[in-house]
Amino acid sequence: MNWLKDFVRPKLKELVGGGKDIPENLWRQCPSCQQMIFHRDLDENLNVCQHCGHHMRIGVGQRLGLLFDGGEYKTVQFASKVVDPLKFRDLKKYTERLKEYQSKTAEDDALIVAHGKMGGQNVVIAAFNFAFMGGSMGAAVGEGILTASRLAQVQDASLIVIPASGGARMQEGILSLMQMPRTTIAVEEVKEKGLPYLVLLTDPTTGGVSASFAMLGDVAIAEPGCVIGFAGRRVIEQTIRQELPKDFQSAEYLLDHGMIDMVVERKKLRSTIIRVLSLLRNTGAPADVVELMAEPVPMGDGKKAKGPIIDAPIPHGAGPTKND
Amino acid sequence: MHHYLDFEKSIAELEGKIEELRHLTGDGEVNIADEVSKLQDKLEKQLNQLYAKLSPWQKAQVARHPERPHAVDYIKALIEDFTPLAGDRLFAEDAAVVGGLGRFRGQSVMVLGIEKGKDTETRVKHNFGMAMPEGYRKAQRLMLMADRFRLPVITFVDTSGAYPGADAEERGQAEAIAKAIEVSFKLRVPFISVVIGEGGSGGAIALASANTVLMLEHSIYSVISPEGCASILWRDGSMNKEAAEALRLTAQDLLELKVVDAVVPEPMGGAHRNPRAAMMAVADEISRQLEALKRMDGGQLKTKRREKFLEMGQVGLG
Repeated sequence: MNWLKDFVRPKLKELVGGGKDIPENLWRQCPSCQQMIFHRDLDENLNVCQHCGHHMRIGVGQRLGLLFDGGEYKTVQFASKVVDPLKFRDLKKYTERLKEYQSKTAEDDALIVAHGKMGGQNVVIAAFNFAFMGGSMGAAVGEGILTASRLAQVQDASLIVIPASGGARMQEGILSLMQMPRTTIAVEEVKEKGLPYLVLLTDPTTGGVSASFAMLGDVAIAEPGCVIGFAGRRVIEQTIRQELPKDFQSAEYLLDHGMIDMVVERKKLRSTIIRVLSLLRNTGAPADVVELMAEPVPMGDGKKAKGPIIDAPIPHGAGPTKND
Repeated sequence: MHHYLDFEKSIAELEGKIEELRHLTGDGEVNIADEVSKLQDKLEKQLNQLYAKLSPWQKAQVARHPERPHAVDYIKALIEDFTPLAGDRLFAEDAAVVGGLGRFRGQSVMVLGIEKGKDTETRVKHNFGMAMPEGYRKAQRLMLMADRFRLPVITFVDTSGAYPGADAEERGQAEAIAKAIEVSFKLRVPFISVVIGEGGSGGAIALASANTVLMLEHSIYSVISPEGCASILWRDGSMNKEAAEALRLTAQDLLELKVVDAVVPEPMGGAHRNPRAAMMAVADEISRQLEALKRMDGGQLKTKRREKFLEMGQVGLG
């Protein structure tokens, strides 16, 4: 034990009241332009810097609230508890890591599936929670994407996936790699039903996530400045022994290289998505706010909901919906 | 001159001795032939013992052995009338992905393989088996062609991963891999993949979303290399062994996890000690699997392939 560091310093801090009374989170510094932003301004501006327009990450709950009509949606439960089939252990046990993130985020894993209306149209959204192990994709995330796909099919809804993920979850080994084909099949089913599949790429979308469902959208929209790519910047720099330009793998870079359809700032995302979906489905100009469905469409236990008949079983565990 | 792995010291010594004895002329009292055969027996015993219980990290080394048969060796040995087809029709030809038409035991097939190269010249030519987006787009093109002509698809997977370069990113490496997986699940023809050496992450699954996935006994298949995993999770690149253990990347692990359908036994001391025998064993297994798949119609092949991968990813959910 370092006596100076562990004992004397805290004691001193206690005595002089170091930092205790200064509210730390009233101001935030923009990581891009370094300007200080008052928290209320940041909230009002949807976590976008009012000085330089830099889009900071936002939580998954806030994200969903921004998109759905009236900020109202219902989340869908699915089998999202991983039991660590590999008994993986690095410096820590995987099960311990899972528990940590579960208590930190109050979620089972890194994906939230929700359904509701956007501009009066049925949509199912699967949104990654970057705060949960960097949004990494394991069996639970794959299950969630599949659940979202099946729900979109029974509800005759558009599917929107919002990745915010570093890629596959290493702690699930080969089974995390197998989520790439699994999620690809899931979104392919939606496409085959003639339903729109839209991807909203947010920071970051990399690795196995970008190399599967995230790059397969009918329409791909990205938030300004977000990182999208397959290999990590550092790995590439080591391979080619060169420093990469700052905008490498940014949304704008991908737009320039023909990999995505548009870069849309956060406050225009909702209206843009509503417009794109209504155009794809030829539903006429959308009303801006439409009441939510009173009751969620029943799923699971073999009951068929309205909408097209699906030829595959609804995944086990895609149980009744709950209010968020 | 053989390339010996660090755990093969005793094997190297024995083989050296045998070689020395063979060069001696049989003029002394000692019967050289007898001595050689005794040493041969000992060598066999040691090889069998050693290779029966390779650790995951040792398997990774065997899987990457430079003398191990590579994709082009399999194509040369197993495919008659091989007719290479080149280019993605969009940007370039990528020699990391070798592909074309040919006959496997009399049946026309589309064959694809990721080739690492065996010497400096061919390694550079094939970019060390790290494909560019063009390679994955060529694969898509050839798979769709196979579908159109109802030809089975056979892929030989051996890659450390997709090429992590700036140009690869610029031209959409992620999209190219994603599309290759998507195309794999549209096919209405038998599709067999064989992991012959290293199955490196996304670069491998792009060519391995097949009806039947086979692995050689000492090949590996993983979401990340042991080295990459060690440096990220242990923050120490020298923890390869621990990472290799944790990742469960051996053919035996993957069979247990039902990620692969069958493991093809390798000749004594690994495929690199008898490439011909290893390749023939693979051919026999492909043949068996192909016969079974040919009994299904196009719709069944597609559906079964999808169902298999949908189920596979559920392992580990509570």
